Amino acid sequence: MWDTHQLTKMKNRPTMEVLEKKVLEAQTDTRTRLNVAHLESEAIYIFREVVAQFEKPVLLFSGGKDSITLVRLAQKAFYPAKIPFPLLHIDTGHNFPETIEFRDKLVEELGVELIVRNVQDAIDQGKVVEEKGKYASRNSLQTTTLLDALEEFKFDAAIGGARRDEEKARAKERIFSVRDDFGQWDEKNQRPELFDHLNGKIELGQNVRVFPISNWTELDVWSYIEEEHIEIPSIYFAHTRKTFLRDGMIWSAEDAVVYRESDEVVEERMVRFRTVGDMSCTAAVLSDAFSIQKVVAEIRDSKISERGARIDDKRSEAAMEKRKQQGYF
Amino acid sequence: MDVLKIATAGSVDDGKSTLIGRILYDTKSLTTDKLEAIETKSKANGFDYLDFSLATDGLVAEREQGITIDVAHIYFSTRKKSYIIADTPGHIEYTRNMVTGASTSQASIILVDARKGVIEQTYRHFFINNLLRVKDIIVAINKMDLVDFSENTFKAIKAEFQKLIDKSAYAEQNITFIPVSALQGDNVVEKSANTPWYSGETLLEHLEELNAQDLYEVSQVRFPVQTVIRPKKDEFHDFRGYAGKLYGGDLSVGDDITVLPSLTTSKVKEIHFFDKQFDTASRGSSFVLTLDDDVNVSRGDMIVKFEEKPQVAKQLTATVCWMDSKNLVPGANYFLQSGSNRILSKIKAIHGQVATDFSNIDESTNALQLNEIGSITIQLSKPLAFDSYKNNKASGSFILIDAQTNTTAGVGFID
Repeated sequence: MWDTHQLTKMKNRPTMEVLEKKVLEAQTDTRTRLNVAHLESEAIYIFREVVAQFEKPVLLFSGGKDSITLVRLAQKAFYPAKIPFPLLHIDTGHNFPETIEFRDKLVEELGVELIVRNVQDAIDQGKVVEEKGKYASRNSLQTTTLLDALEEFKFDAAIGGARRDEEKARAKERIFSVRDDFGQWDEKNQRPELFDHLNGKIELGQNVRVFPISNWTELDVWSYIEEEHIEIPSIYFAHTRKTFLRDGMIWSAEDAVVYRESDEVVEERMVRFRTVGDMSCTAAVLSDAFSIQKVVAEIRDSKISERGARIDDKRSEAAMEKRKQQGYF
Repeated sequence: MDVLKIATAGSVDDGKSTLIGRILYDTKSLTTDKLEAIETKSKANGFDYLDFSLATDGLVAEREQGITIDVAHIYFSTRKKSYIIADTPGHIEYTRNMVTGASTSQASIILVDARKGVIEQTYRHFFINNLLRVKDIIVAINKMDLVDFSENTFKAIKAEFQKLIDKSAYAEQNITFIPVSALQGDNVVEKSANTPWYSGETLLEHLEELNAQDLYEVSQVRFPVQTVIRPKKDEFHDFRGYAGKLYGGDLSVGDDITVLPSLTTSKVKEIHFFDKQFDTASRGSSFVLTLDDDVNVSRGDMIVKFEEKPQVAKQLTATVCWMDSKNLVPGANYFLQSGSNRILSKIKAIHGQVATDFSNIDESTNALQLNEIGSITIQLSKPLAFDSYKNNKASGSFILIDAQTNTTAGVGFID
């Protein structure tokens, strides 16, 4: 039912001409235009509540598939008006170059404001100390830079692409998640969240993390990217890369950022990335999925969870919960 | 694909998290890395079986105490359906989190420990599911392995539960009883050889076949306006669109509408969704509509069909479930929020506390404590458009927000 031939380039989107006349559906008990139509409708509802309830929202943009999906949903929520808030990228300095290139192109096409704050600055100022050793990563260092940026711009709502199916501490998150002055998540005392009555009332100094795609699974996100023809960075597709093995995982050997022992052998492998985090904590998976259709098929059959290739979660059973208590998103 | 939203309920240690872990395991929804983590941890904890609750109890405090504190949302799919399960806490202290989990569910699984039978939390949770009007209830009588899969025990518990059902006024509710062992997997996904006397469906078979109640069961159009879209672009110079989500019914171009509470009338001019226009929008969808006339519409207003008006009043009576440690008392001020509408309100009267065993209303009560349920009248500072909860779950429910602490202090279901 859904016109799958719509233009993919956002800047070339047609203005308000009538392309087709039909019924807009989001029900789960009828044939829907999209597999995830009900989730799309829910996310759009959440975006509009954020803009109505907060003074100064911001969208946390990493260049990964989840935040790219958020951008598309935000566009849909406010069209024909522009996205009414800026994007904020907390740059670890360890990004895949493809992601940054993609980010800049997207921002230009959308005409939205992009704010970049660097983890390197916090390191230079001595606010955080770079981790050392084999498993050093800047992933958890992002928190300080994020909290500083929220304070600097007085953002009261930070919209993120975290999903409940990613990780078991995230499975406990609310859609509007209240954080104190220190960005801390009080996991034992969360506000009840009932029906669609989202309570965004906060005190000065508090802020709210908002998760519009809380109820999406990894497969939902990929299906949406496929059905909506959303462009994503090339590292999500199979490509040849110089890699090495450690702890049964495949690491990129092309970037100096990833620490490698001299006896860890470099080999070319056909790989892709399932998540795009800090390079130093994101492993690749073997794949021959060159197209979005093949990626969707691969995810559907996968026996390993999405964050199975994220070393930051493997540090301890409560790694995510601890990071969240300290203000991580 | 059909989506089914389910919540679990039942007392602490009745095995809710274990049941969900078992469903995930038997439907092969646990990925290798998660399963390995459960195996390692179960062994380290000295269990001689897999502790499936580890799959859902995501907080350190939960794993330490072996209980569920807050709702975990679990996702899995079969070839037939996508499932969203809210695994809710059983402890009475966390009842508010149980209500949160059940509020958006189409079906609930209430677990009963076969050794204990129907206990206080069982009827409390059944009562809350009735209050929330969850249409499909599955009573999973669990730990059958510990009562030698006794048919008599199953029948006795069923008979006891039936007494509660007889007191309930919600006649449309469907209730199914299934004997299970979440730990060993009997009648969860696979039919058990241990219960030859039971010829019904397994839990998963039942869920797969369930014709879930439509979440937006009403036919009447309710479109609360979230925000007004006014693009500051040349090509949309005069565009003034009203953005919202449709709760109930279908809305079409040309329909006569009324804006509440102002009672202004107009016609639907266009229905926009992103860069497309539609003739009709159906319930559940989020979109932007424009009107024929230049009328005054803002956030918090509700657009309805001309002939389908809800109530509009500055006073309402409702059943509330109290969720704050600060008691609800008459004369207190709260913000009442229903969807996009937030109105300063005063608690006019507390008529009494409702007993969760369907027995009576204690009219001597003049305050509601945490996790208590009562009947109250609220005075609003501005008129609100609303429905009875049994006619529309969205426009018939609200939350009360503490004006000092901003916390969500209670949830109300309008009479």
